[in-house]
Amino acid sequence: MIASSSSQKSSIRNDKTSKVQRIQDGAFLVVSQLSALVVLIVLLGIIISLIINALPALKEFGVGFFFSADWDVNKQKFGGLISIYGTLVSSFIALIIATPLSFGIALFLTEICPIRLRRPLGIAVELLAAVPSIIYGMFGLFVFAPFFAEHIEPALSSTLGKLPYIGVLFSGAPNGIGMLCAGLILALMILPFIAAVMRDVFDIVPPVLKESAYGLGCTTWEVARHIILPYTKAGVVGGIMLGLGRALGETMAVTFVIGNAQRILPSLFAPGSSIASTLANQFGEAEPGLHFSSLFALGLALFVITVTILSLAKLMLKQMEKKQGTKS
Amino acid sequence: MSDALTLKKAILANRKRTNNFALALCMVAMMIGMFFLLWILSILFIKGFSSVNWAMFTASTPAAGTAGGGLQNAIVGSLLMVGSCTLISTPIGVLAGIYLSEYGNKSRIAPITRFVTDIMLSAPSIVIGLFVYALVVAQAQHFSGWAGSMALTLIAIPVVVRTTENMLQLVPGSLREAGYALGAPKWKVSLMIVLRAAKSGVMTGVLLALARVSGETAPLLFTALNNQFYSMNMNAPIANLPVVIFQFAMSPYDNWVGLAWAGALLITLGVLSLNILARVFFRDKNKG
Repeated sequence: MIASSSSQKSSIRNDKTSKVQRIQDGAFLVVSQLSALVVLIVLLGIIISLIINALPALKEFGVGFFFSADWDVNKQKFGGLISIYGTLVSSFIALIIATPLSFGIALFLTEICPIRLRRPLGIAVELLAAVPSIIYGMFGLFVFAPFFAEHIEPALSSTLGKLPYIGVLFSGAPNGIGMLCAGLILALMILPFIAAVMRDVFDIVPPVLKESAYGLGCTTWEVARHIILPYTKAGVVGGIMLGLGRALGETMAVTFVIGNAQRILPSLFAPGSSIASTLANQFGEAEPGLHFSSLFALGLALFVITVTILSLAKLMLKQMEKKQGTKS
Repeated sequence: MSDALTLKKAILANRKRTNNFALALCMVAMMIGMFFLLWILSILFIKGFSSVNWAMFTASTPAAGTAGGGLQNAIVGSLLMVGSCTLISTPIGVLAGIYLSEYGNKSRIAPITRFVTDIMLSAPSIVIGLFVYALVVAQAQHFSGWAGSMALTLIAIPVVVRTTENMLQLVPGSLREAGYALGAPKWKVSLMIVLRAAKSGVMTGVLLALARVSGETAPLLFTALNNQFYSMNMNAPIANLPVVIFQFAMSPYDNWVGLAWAGALLITLGVLSLNILARVFFRDKNKG
């Protein structure tokens, strides 16, 4: 009798503790789930708030907003083309320069570099990525732009500037500050990102593939060109697009060196502005109304472009990860 | 016969030449990268150290045209904002990471969250500034340190989520099973066994987020703004290093530009040492 009651008691206690534990477990699941949802909510919130605030400008100017090169605060006429052009051109320049360089760096770090140096050099490249963008901006404005104006721009205009058709890109006064300089500083900034992704995907290539190629007598370059590159194509393109996504949205470095002029000139030496630099310069002083709303519309355009590019990059890198999964 | 042999030799020499040329180019690429890193750092040290003095830590930012001054208010403001950002983003980010890693297999929102996190990692920070402006500053009708801190938090969370998830997945499944075998509920296993086993990795993520956030300028331009005076009121505009650097570097006054370089040196040293610390920390713990 006594024994059975005590066992009953303990089973009741067990029920109680298991109930408490179930509640705790449920609560923990909900809390952690909510934390995970924060990221999703923020993304939706960004899109919704940008659209709401951009609506007045989009209503006033229609889709033409994105194709109009008017940007006149006094006349209350706004169009995004100048900034969108600047963003695309500076990022494109950055990509052209950064892609081969990061490919070289990644290949160096995975295939050529002595093993003992691999880690310190890898960290050095990562530190280049860690330097805050405002530092790149200051470096660009105070050090690189004057050097660029004095030595590189004259050299470019006296060589490439003499060519037909593309010569106009490299003409004009060598100010240092301008589209080309912004592109170069951007290239420097996205270089470590692209290189890091490329290095990581190069490491995925099964050693057996490389060793077979070396066994056939291939040179290092031939292995890179015909084994590593085809195997990691999706990852390499994904890395490049990741860099592009970064370059499009980069603010501080570009704001310092792009010149912040609201016009489109054919020469790459000329100052211009990007979406991010226009926002950084004008948002603080914008009056509520069309100007304000137009800036939000620019922000919306920037966000949509970068998110699209980054999504594509992610999808390509995912393809790469699957490959790694099947390998092992 | 000898013709074929010389042909073969010629082809081989050609291949070797291409190889050497390509490898040399790779080395040049690496040298260009290192050259710029050293160039930036050396400029920063030369220009920064020449403006660093004790007053930098004891005086507030000078008014336009006045001599002297320091960065005390900006340093304090930055520390306040980055500190509160870390306190808010760490629990949210770690919990979200736990969710993705421990509950992620069966959940439908986990893959979407993972994808969005990866995108938010590289999303333009200035747009996050716009968002916080519309959400907080426009509603409250004034700029504030809290708004700045919130913008930084939104940037830090994805970094913490990503590293936490990656680190938790390195924890062997047998450790979890051992916990369950002892009758521990899932939340205890997640928090007290899995998270504890991955502690150093998670700390790495927090440090990296801290490093990322300390240098962010763009989102603070329209949220925290700036304040010329010493203030610890997070509910009002507050001075912070990145925005001060931006404004001072663009200014025509020599002492302002000097202070901007000193601030830039301070921030870079902070960010780089956080980065190195994170790596050393993670590596040592993993070894031992």
